[in-house]
Amino acid sequence: MSDAQTKTVTVERELPFPPEKIWRALTVPHLMAEWLMQSDFAPTPDHRFRFTADWGSVDCKVLDVEPNKRLAYTWDAMGLNSVVTFTLSPTAKGTHLRMEQEGFKPGMGQAYAGAKYGWNNFFDKLAAVLEKQP
Amino acid sequence: MDRMATTHASLFRTLADPTRRAIFERLCREGEQTVAALTARAKISQPAVSKHLGVLKQAGLVRDRHEGRQTHYSARPGALSPLIDWTSRMTGFWQNRFDRLEDLLKRMDQ
Repeated sequence: MSDAQTKTVTVERELPFPPEKIWRALTVPHLMAEWLMQSDFAPTPDHRFRFTADWGSVDCKVLDVEPNKRLAYTWDAMGLNSVVTFTLSPTAKGTHLRMEQEGFKPGMGQAYAGAKYGWNNFFDKLAAVLEKQP
Repeated sequence: MDRMATTHASLFRTLADPTRRAIFERLCREGEQTVAALTARAKISQPAVSKHLGVLKQAGLVRDRHEGRQTHYSARPGALSPLIDWTSRMTGFWQNRFDRLEDLLKRMDQ
C-alpha cells in the first residue's frame, strides 16, 4: 500500500476543562453516547467494540490508552478503514484536544472490512465516472 | 447534525438499497434512459422503478426530462463527490461531534 493513498483529517479545539474531565467524556460509554455514538467501548487495549447510529455502525478496536493523554482506536465503516487518535494536552486555560483520523481511500480492495457492504466496488466505479466529469 | 452530515446520511440511505443502487449505476454507465427501458431489465414492476427514481431524484442523484409521454432519466454522479472524498465527510462529522462534546462538558460534573 502506498503512502500516497493515506489521508488524514484533523480537528482541534481548545476546551476550558481539565484533561481528566474530557478523558471521561471520551471513555465512559454513557457519556460517549451523548456526543459521539452508542457503543460497548472499554478503555482496554485490543478490546473490540462497535459504535451504532441510525445510519449504520462503526467497527473498532482499541489500540492505545494513556489515561488523560492519548486514546487511539481503529475505525472501520462504510468502506473506510482508519485509525482515530485523540490527544489531550493541558494548557493554561484547560485542554487542547486534537482528533486525528488517518485512513485510506474507500474502494482499495478486498483487504478492507468495508467490502462486505458492497461499497468498495461502488466507489471504484463512481470514482471512475467522476473523473470523466467536466 | 449539520447540513453536510445530513446530506451525507441522506445519500448513504438513498444508495443503501441495492435495487436503487443498481438503477443509479446503470444510469451512470449507460447514460439517459426511459422508465420503460429501465424496467425492461430490472426484476421489479414499472411503478417500483418509478418510485426508486423518485427517491434518487429527491437526493439529487438523477434528473428527469419529459419528452412527449416519456420521461427520460439521467444520472448526476457529481452529487456524490462529497461521499467520494471521505476527508470532507469526516471533517464535518467530527466538527459537529466536537460541538456536542463541548455542550456535554458544560453539563457534566467536575
